[in-house]
Amino acid sequence: MQALTVHTGLVAPMDRANVDTDMIIPKQFLKSIKRSGFGPNLFDEVRYQDEGQPGKDNSKRPLNPDFPLNQERYQGASILLTRENFGCGSSREHAPWALEDFGFRVLIAPSFADIFYNNCFKNGILPVVLPAEVVSELFENLYSQPGFELTADLEKQEMRTVDGRSWSFDVDSFRRHCLLNGLDDIGTTLQSADKIRAYEEKRQVEAPWLFAG
Amino acid sequence: MYKKDEFVLFTWNSKLSASRKQQGCITVAGKTLYDKLWEAHLVDQRDDGSALLYIDRHLIHEVTSPQAFEGLRLAGRKPWRIGANLATADHNVPTTLLERQAGIEGIRDEVSRLQVKTLDDNCSSTGIMEFGLGDERQGIVHVMGPEQGATLPGMTIVCGDSHTSTHGAFGALAMGIGTSEVEHVLATQCLIQQKMKNMLVRVDGELGPGVTAKDVVLHIIGVIGTAGGTGHAIEFGGTAIHSLSVEGRMTICNMAIEAGARAGMVSVDDTTIDYFHGRPFAPRGEHWDLAVQAWRDLVSDDDAVFDRVVEIDAAAIEPQVSWGTSPEMVAGIRGRVPMLADMPSETQRQGLQRALQYMGLKEGQALTDIRLDRVFIGSCTNSRIEDLRAAASVVKGRKVSGSLKEALVVPGSGLVKKQAEQEGLDKVFTEAGFQWREPGCSMCLAMNADKLGQGEHCASTSNRNFEGRQGFGGRTHLVSPAMAAAAAIEGHFVDIREWGN
Ligand code: SF4
Repeated sequence: MQALTVHTGLVAPMDRANVDTDMIIPKQFLKSIKRSGFGPNLFDEVRYQDEGQPGKDNSKRPLNPDFPLNQERYQGASILLTRENFGCGSSREHAPWALEDFGFRVLIAPSFADIFYNNCFKNGILPVVLPAEVVSELFENLYSQPGFELTADLEKQEMRTVDGRSWSFDVDSFRRHCLLNGLDDIGTTLQSADKIRAYEEKRQVEAPWLFAG
Repeated sequence: MYKKDEFVLFTWNSKLSASRKQQGCITVAGKTLYDKLWEAHLVDQRDDGSALLYIDRHLIHEVTSPQAFEGLRLAGRKPWRIGANLATADHNVPTTLLERQAGIEGIRDEVSRLQVKTLDDNCSSTGIMEFGLGDERQGIVHVMGPEQGATLPGMTIVCGDSHTSTHGAFGALAMGIGTSEVEHVLATQCLIQQKMKNMLVRVDGELGPGVTAKDVVLHIIGVIGTAGGTGHAIEFGGTAIHSLSVEGRMTICNMAIEAGARAGMVSVDDTTIDYFHGRPFAPRGEHWDLAVQAWRDLVSDDDAVFDRVVEIDAAAIEPQVSWGTSPEMVAGIRGRVPMLADMPSETQRQGLQRALQYMGLKEGQALTDIRLDRVFIGSCTNSRIEDLRAAASVVKGRKVSGSLKEALVVPGSGLVKKQAEQEGLDKVFTEAGFQWREPGCSMCLAMNADKLGQGEHCASTSNRNFEGRQGFGGRTHLVSPAMAAAAAIEGHFVDIREWGN
């Protein structure tokens, strides 16, 4: 998993509340046996004018010109600004996989759905909760200033604008530690490898039949 | 020692709710079975409240594992302990002999074929043992594991499938996990966990004739509800539970998840130990003696403390039929679909209305009046040999009703199928007009070609009656194998206790 300490990037809008994981990545793509490659189908139903299918050449599909991610000014965006309850619905980890594959590292919303929030940290994405008024202010800035950038500082737990405004945000310490150091759960657990081995040695004496196979 | 505080819970079958009691609890020392299993597998207790729990057995199937294997590869990791893993393809495999004969290449659906092939490739490249298509040990992962003795008492067992709770039936801690956790277990042989609460569901007394493990668990879910076990590990205890075979106990623990509990379990007794003796992966010789000695302790202490206790009177349980779109929407066979006016709240009234509409049923309708289109005998809940024997004894010498479009029997594993054929059960079924299929999940989740059509009613021995579960617009009624078999003969539900005499 990629570490995230301080991230500065172009901000793109997804200006609606209750964006569910079906909208983030529609079900037909879950047939995939891969964890990667979902980026071209991120927000598929609102991003393209036709119905997406696995295996279809996305570069030949008609784009929805009204969708921000298709517009020139948001190309290269790595921070997504959105509204309440982002990521609700199905627990599919394909949703953060698609966001990450597209290039998003930071999400900002007044609230996130629980499971989605968890899944983000497992995939190197920082979901930042800011008060609804702040989010609205950022939407205004974003629409009025082409090239609007933000800096998410996980070390200081602070979101900053170029013109010097800043807001603090909360993240629990275990998740923050993992993301700052680029550790996924597995990486963290493997830091306890000695303990796992010690357990296995002890257990092998107590219950040898469990290790016979 | 218990502080009794009877509380009122809404149940769909108010007649039966009188037999339900809930007790609050007090503090005494003593450990529950779950406490013991937890402590025996604790690798590390962290300051933030999370714990590292060691996993003895990881079962793998084709649908939830490909991304986990890919994750391992991308991170340059290897499985921590190859021998702790065991794989088989079940969810996405066809069940007709025609398609199965050619192995993986014979799978017509391209996407399914690739998924099954991927499992095969992942297992060969990592050295993980797999029972592939064509291997007689292949089958539904939760049937295959115990049958092989690959899942044993005292183990922690996980699989990327919520019905992993099945394996708790023999005093194991067994839970379903997500794809990230599949990868985590592959890489570390551990799971990051928080300890659940303890709940005891005690079923005492004698089960009536024609009442099976499936009826017991459906009844329990009807009483405690689909969120009744949320946040808890449920231990099923009492004389009625211990009078069941290990297969029957598996049926009960299988559906713990339908009561909201990630883990269900039954303590070890002689029946448990006898079940595992001589199974291929079970310990032998000296190891067997050591294991049995350890397994004897896999019971809750007499003074163990449970956060919740629910008592059920076995004699009050009737053969069950689910009528709605959630497993708690269930009633005894002599019951009726509830009345809208009887619903205690507006939310429940709306819930009932939605379910009635989806199921095409009328309020107050007798369950025996529900006409059926298909019958499915199979799934990890009820596809073991004793289930097939029970169904076969009902259909023997009879014919499937002409009003049915299809009646399927799908054995849980190749070995169950073989055993049934040795006993002549396949003939009993096919002569009656059932189709006799190859092992897999089949119509339980309809990921393959075995599906309900829109609006069709199915008597099913599976575990979920959610909207669309067995096919778009399909209507599932959960029942025991004997009840499904009798319904197949009649074309509608009948009370197995009176029928055929
Ligand atoms: S039989 Fe049904 S419930 Fe059981 S593992 Fe297969 S799909 Fe899941």
